[in-house]
Amino acid sequence: MLKSILSLGTAMALTAGAAFAESHAMTVRIGTEGAYEPYNFINDAGEIDGFEKELGDELCKRAELTCEWVKNDWDSIIPNLVSGNYDIIMAGMSITDERDEVIDFTQNYTPPSESSYVAASEDVDLEGGVIAAQTATIQAGHVAEGGATLLEFATPEETVAAVRNGEADAVFADKDYLVPVVEESSGELMFVGDDVPLGGGIGIGVRESDTELKEKLSAAIGTMKDDGTLNEMIVKWFGDQALTFE
Amino acid sequence: MFEYCTDPQELEGLTWLSCYLTTGVHFLFYWAFGKVLLLLAIAAPSALAFGFLGAMAARSLIAPLRWFGKAYISVVRGVPDVAFFLFFVIALDQFFEWTRHQVKCPDWDQPIRQGNDFLVCPAAKLPLNTAPEWQHETYGFLLAVLTFAIVFGAFAANVIFGAMKAVPRAQMETAEAYGMTRRQSFWRVMVPQMWVYALPGLSNTWMVLIKATPLLFLLGIEDIVYWARELGERRTARFSDYPHEDWRMWYFLALLIFYLGFTLLSETVLRRLQLRLSRGQATAAGEAQRKTAK
Repeated sequence: MLKSILSLGTAMALTAGAAFAESHAMTVRIGTEGAYEPYNFINDAGEIDGFEKELGDELCKRAELTCEWVKNDWDSIIPNLVSGNYDIIMAGMSITDERDEVIDFTQNYTPPSESSYVAASEDVDLEGGVIAAQTATIQAGHVAEGGATLLEFATPEETVAAVRNGEADAVFADKDYLVPVVEESSGELMFVGDDVPLGGGIGIGVRESDTELKEKLSAAIGTMKDDGTLNEMIVKWFGDQALTFE
Repeated sequence: MFEYCTDPQELEGLTWLSCYLTTGVHFLFYWAFGKVLLLLAIAAPSALAFGFLGAMAARSLIAPLRWFGKAYISVVRGVPDVAFFLFFVIALDQFFEWTRHQVKCPDWDQPIRQGNDFLVCPAAKLPLNTAPEWQHETYGFLLAVLTFAIVFGAFAANVIFGAMKAVPRAQMETAEAYGMTRRQSFWRVMVPQMWVYALPGLSNTWMVLIKATPLLFLLGIEDIVYWARELGERRTARFSDYPHEDWRMWYFLALLIFYLGFTLLSETVLRRLQLRLSRGQATAAGEAQRKTAK
């Protein structure tokens, strides 16, 4: 009896060891958009860069995974995840109920953030005017529910360009995306109206069946929250006024 | 790339431009032109082969083969390109992975479809998850080539089907009179003569194919249109050493010139080919050539 318990224990230890070795060698492909600075963008050298690139690499190190970055169009970023072309999404994707029905999210790696309106003049009509937003974002959903006319674009940059050339009265997007846009516009663009809190922060999107990977990444995010490195990274990429974790 | 490019803020005019146009991201843009040309170089002959086989099937004496050929021609031509590209490629990819899964992982006990997720065993992934990124990109590219070949093959098949019917009946009758079998008269009389009737239609298909290459981006392949949009976007000094205004117009102008130049070149080549194919043919153009040669 004792012998069989012992051998069972050895067998379990062996399996656990094998599982560990397997996970260590596991390659995780990370899908991102590459057009949403400072979250993720393509730098001058043609490489993926940004807050999420730095964060993702650190998370992979902590979770002991080998990671590979893949660029994918925003429109098809969820379909390609569920059909297995890559394993996780880190693309400034807010945690929302609609998305949660299709995929799963890890715990958030940015606090629930504000979305803001940016326009070319102070006196735009946010209630009944034309508001630009990126397709399939929580901001687009929010505008569609309100009284304003929604003008959708495939990329974030195009939503801002629409305000510059007068096609839209204002753009509605993540505040963290708009802050550098407004700062670099030399007074041409400005924040208007009140900020709107939307979504549950940004998380890593994973397939619903990938519970183990989700737990692993969530744990890694947890350690980064605990030791303050995540907050440092947020301040580095989004500036001192950015929301950080308590 | 150049030594003087270390501090772009200090540069002006042409020196700045020479540094700007040689950044790593611009080389990805230039490489994308190569990708488009490579796609055309592989997809066009494959589409022609699909077209030829499709046309042969459509005029086959064996009924199921004929139905298949006709169905291929009408279904593929009828489905919008964009829908075909979005649906078909994902389905094709999943079909390949499913087949590999059946072969490589017979012991796998979990369902392949779990809700929205498509899950095959890691060994059946195509390419493997551990494969380097270039293999993933090559695989995606080949899927794209295959899709282009199938779509444009259907158009080519219809053109070739029509061209085969356009070969004068007298020619085929003569072949029969010489005692040629159906197969012999097909390969020796009909095929050599049908090209002159097929060429105008095929040249249309080729022109449309050239202009359809931006559909590559739907398949996740970064083609010239993607890079033109990406590079032309307004850049701020915060995330780039080369800040600039919205230059999309200039990048798209460059694409316009590329596509116009390429179609112009194609037209010249196709015109010469038409002249060459008309030689000695029982058509008005062939007859005109015979008269001037006298």
